[in-house]
Amino acid sequence: MSNVTYTSVETPGEDIYAGSYETTEGTIYNLAGGDWDTIAAAPEGEKERIVVNMGPQHPSTHGVLRLILELDGETVTDARCGIGYLHTGIEKNMEFRTWVQGVTFVTRMDYLTPFFNEAAYCLAVEKLLGITEQIPERASVIRVLMMELNRVSSHLVALATGGMELGALTAMTFGFRERELVLDLFEMVTGLRMNSAFIRPGGVAQDLPADGEKAIRDTLPLLRKRMKDTADLLIDNAIWMGRTVDVGYLDLQGCMALGITGPVLRSAGLPHDLRKSQPYCGYETYEFDVPTQTSCDAYGRFLIRIAEMHESLKIVEQCLDRLAPGPVMVEDKKIAWPAQLAIGADGQGNSTEHIKHIMSESMEALIHHFKLVTEGFTVPPGQAYAAVESPRGELGAHVVSAGGTRPYRVHFRDPSFNNLQATAAMSEGAMVADVIAAVASIDPVMGGVDR
Amino acid sequence: MNAENTPVVPDGVSELDVIGVRQGSFNIAGSGDTSGFGGLVSPIVMPGPSERPYGGWFDEVADEIELSLQARNLPAASVIEKVVVDRGEITFFVHRHHLVEFARVLRDEPGLRFEMCMGVNGVHYPEDAGRELHACYPFLSITHNRRIRVEVTAPDADPHIPSIVGVYPSNDWHERETWDFFGIVFDGHPSLTRIEMPDDWAGHPQRKDYPLGGIPVEYKGATIPAPDNRRAYN
Repeated sequence: MSNVTYTSVETPGEDIYAGSYETTEGTIYNLAGGDWDTIAAAPEGEKERIVVNMGPQHPSTHGVLRLILELDGETVTDARCGIGYLHTGIEKNMEFRTWVQGVTFVTRMDYLTPFFNEAAYCLAVEKLLGITEQIPERASVIRVLMMELNRVSSHLVALATGGMELGALTAMTFGFRERELVLDLFEMVTGLRMNSAFIRPGGVAQDLPADGEKAIRDTLPLLRKRMKDTADLLIDNAIWMGRTVDVGYLDLQGCMALGITGPVLRSAGLPHDLRKSQPYCGYETYEFDVPTQTSCDAYGRFLIRIAEMHESLKIVEQCLDRLAPGPVMVEDKKIAWPAQLAIGADGQGNSTEHIKHIMSESMEALIHHFKLVTEGFTVPPGQAYAAVESPRGELGAHVVSAGGTRPYRVHFRDPSFNNLQATAAMSEGAMVADVIAAVASIDPVMGGVDR
Repeated sequence: MNAENTPVVPDGVSELDVIGVRQGSFNIAGSGDTSGFGGLVSPIVMPGPSERPYGGWFDEVADEIELSLQARNLPAASVIEKVVVDRGEITFFVHRHHLVEFARVLRDEPGLRFEMCMGVNGVHYPEDAGRELHACYPFLSITHNRRIRVEVTAPDADPHIPSIVGVYPSNDWHERETWDFFGIVFDGHPSLTRIEMPDDWAGHPQRKDYPLGGIPVEYKGATIPAPDNRRAYN
């Protein structure tokens, strides 16, 4: 190798990042880069800008959220969100499935609040069908029951992940442990811990199991006790308060301008809750309070979530008290899903009674079963908007029918999507660490944001 | 479609409310269907315009809007195309040129006070000639506890609708989403870029002329076509 001669051809004006050397064996490109001073020297008079890309794969961005932060030291001067990493085309897919199959899709949007997604969609479809008044009482009570249990499980995850992101790991283990109690109830009632597709147009998929009422009732005291433990761990915790008090500030004016709903709006003092102002599923008949705070900060939102969980358990108890025997699906055989599920020797399937009914008793029942399962029902043309108060705010479903057996267009106004717009207003001017607290206090779920 | 099976628009229905034609019973043509249902042709008619009284507080809102528009030298007839009351909801169809002023009226008039716009949602009606793209805006008034819907249309050839981000900042992302999925250009939006799809994506996925995609699935020798090519009821 001694005959190799190095001749530097590096000349000013050439690519400073990849200079090249001529050797007897050809050109060798030097990719080691240049001198930092020559690369990073800012033009005269321009301030140094540091743009930090946080996420989408980051343990404390609350999901696959990408934050683009412009920093001045440790102060955030500019914050922007990049979303879309979890877009799954659910709205488009629903246009190619029957109305009932749509439930299977929507339950997967905001994966922490499956029952709210299903309820919003089903309420809109029922409005289009004109059967809102015919939903049986028991079905509505079960819907409320499941939604309120779901609110508890969702808020528990909000505390758990929010705590983890701020370094309170015990809050996470506690939160997920308590959530498991609720998910066990979901599994007992619907067969699935998540994505249950339980609320269907016309009612719910099936009745509570025989021991369901008792199991839910038995879980409540333990849930209450453990929720108190989690709350006690954080409420007067100096570190927790240091990280959340006066952080992520957004006052009522800001909330209104940005269309914010849910706990963030209530932390600005406005007791706006669709369960009170525009009740659905019979919420006007339940007794509960709408907790508010006036601190407009992340700590206030945390307190609201704690209080809301207790209100939810109050509603769950009222539901259990008023569960009267009755049907859980509309009577209209042209709409009601015909199957009745039961656990057989070979796993879950149609109940033997239902199979006996359609196979050897009633020709019409068989026809209805076949037509509803393969073709589905048609929905008269028109459009409807139904909104429910999800744990994150107003979850609206805009459903358009062109008279077919499949939705013409379904759109969800997801509260996470809308509320995430407040990230800039909440975190610009704050420290980098406060961005985490602010985003955690919005509690966005990216499955719902991107759908 | 030949002249023989051109659908008859039912009596008393404006052509404006016919958004398409349903043909056959199944989603695909040429399958050798001998049932006879394949020859069915029927117009798809959306709920038509409503006449006064609309009922309940709908009339109050409509009166208030008309008075406020007049106070701004805008005759209501030139702003509001039609009003549809259906399934307990009221929809104002507004000419797109007047949308921003209309939104300002909704927000600022004490008798209306629609503090929140719950976003915007596109709907694509490829057969609704000259009005292919619809944008639906749900409004909520917390003060009066009312909801209305405003619907704006634009032709495919000129997919422009003015942005109302200046009036309702909350619509920022919603308008970006609708641009992303439907290709509706919201004029005056501060940064109308894609939000859900990658920046270099071609096409607008939730339009009706954009295929769902998917690949046929083969199982034990049988092939199941992708969902949008399956034989299904329509």
